Amino acid sequence: MDIVILGLPMMYYIAMVAKVLVAFVFVLLTVAYATYAERKIIGHMQVRLGPMRTGWHGLLQPIADGVKLFFKEEIVPSQASTFAFLVAPLIALIPAFITFAVIPFGGVIEVAGYKIPLQIAAYFDTTAGKVFDVNVGVLYILAMSSLGVYGIVLAGWASNSKYSLLGGLRASAQMISYELSAGLSIVAVFMLSGTLSMNEIVKLQSGLGGFEWYVFKQPLAFVMFFICSIAEINRTPFDLPEAETELVSGFCTEYSSMKYAMFFMAEYANMVTVCALTTTLFLGGWNGPLATTIPLLGPVYFVAKVYFLIFFCMWLRATVPRYRYDQLMHLGWKVFIPLALLNIVVTGIWNFIIQ
Amino acid sequence: METLFFAFISLVAIVSAILVVGCRNPINSALALVMTFFCLATYYVMLDAPFMAAVQVMVYAGAIMVLIVFTIMLLNIRVNASKIATHKLVLGSAIGFFTLLNTIVIILKSRAALPNGPYSSTVIKQVGHTELIGREMFTNFLLPFEITSILLLVAIVGAVILAKKKI
Repeated sequence: MDIVILGLPMMYYIAMVAKVLVAFVFVLLTVAYATYAERKIIGHMQVRLGPMRTGWHGLLQPIADGVKLFFKEEIVPSQASTFAFLVAPLIALIPAFITFAVIPFGGVIEVAGYKIPLQIAAYFDTTAGKVFDVNVGVLYILAMSSLGVYGIVLAGWASNSKYSLLGGLRASAQMISYELSAGLSIVAVFMLSGTLSMNEIVKLQSGLGGFEWYVFKQPLAFVMFFICSIAEINRTPFDLPEAETELVSGFCTEYSSMKYAMFFMAEYANMVTVCALTTTLFLGGWNGPLATTIPLLGPVYFVAKVYFLIFFCMWLRATVPRYRYDQLMHLGWKVFIPLALLNIVVTGIWNFIIQ
Repeated sequence: METLFFAFISLVAIVSAILVVGCRNPINSALALVMTFFCLATYYVMLDAPFMAAVQVMVYAGAIMVLIVFTIMLLNIRVNASKIATHKLVLGSAIGFFTLLNTIVIILKSRAALPNGPYSSTVIKQVGHTELIGREMFTNFLLPFEITSILLLVAIVGAVILAKKKI
């Protein structure tokens, strides 16, 4: 392992590619089986069985759905703006996936004498003896999630249909408002951590057997951030841009085949990202019993926490009815933003007293 | 490697900047502008300024351009079919050329070309870009920061007064 390419050892490149592949496959599989899990969980909550026919208890359902969507006809409406119409699903999907680059999903593992931090955009500096990652990890995620809105807005506009346009307009207004309150609510976390690097934030939550998690120090921020994130990714109860009953699926009315599947995947990938981000910021990331001594346990805890939050999202969907549009805006601007600002002030005073 | 990457990003930036002016459909122009902002963010990363890069994408691409796209969609501006006037093209190119010349001369003559400031890339890597910006903003540049805040507050109050009929 002494081959050096462009000043970095060969192992660095192998580790990078491996990490990217693992994270990508993990998100893809989770997305595929989250659709299945959602139908099953909601089915059982409503005393139904959910999908049962394809494979044992419907386990092959996501694959069957994928194949079906793949072979459907690609339709581009004759009055649509073709370029924007074709590019919109991609714009929705790509930011949803690349946010995973900065989320740490485990500690440092050692392969053939080379230390690999389990976070895509990070490397272990042997001279400094610590992990370096993106200095502005959280901001990177906020920036990428703010790009996701283009996919929906463009899809709504390019379809040249009234329902789609209404869906797109609703989406842009909703996502901008909730981005603001989501961003404000996690400022309080940074005031405690003093850093924006995801790796450092996870490390700061490692002590006291789980009671150092920021969910205990910032419960209000946790609740606000999770609700705002659900609103930002247009999940029920905030799925107004889609709203089957009013807007016939809103922005994706005119989409068919793989392009529709891409929106679907983007929605679930966004959910995975939001749950992973919430886990990292508030639930201690990959921390857990023995996670520092046995490094391979880190990813297990991380995945368990993320799956719990995903389950929680589905639970919400089965429980809470959709918000009305004015209620949604009222909640975002008049409840969450003042509360987040108050939280920042209180945290600031607390920090001042402690010092 | 880095030079090659820089050249590639510059190519994308220039092509999308031309598309901003060249596209007939306003939405496509807006999209090209987003692409240009993205390239600018990449430059910031290459200059060891990750905070600037993230904020560039978040504020310009994520917020301001979404509002612009929103407005275009609401006003329903359709494809502009007006012809390109030659004299305007000549005048515009001349102005553009001289501005570019001016910028190059200023960069070459001024201190901006010198690499040695108090915050070199090694200092940034040690302390962290976000920390440095925060420290400077709340110590040396506190007054400009506060004045900007008041300016924004005035703008918000103005927007509320314009939008609301009864206050």
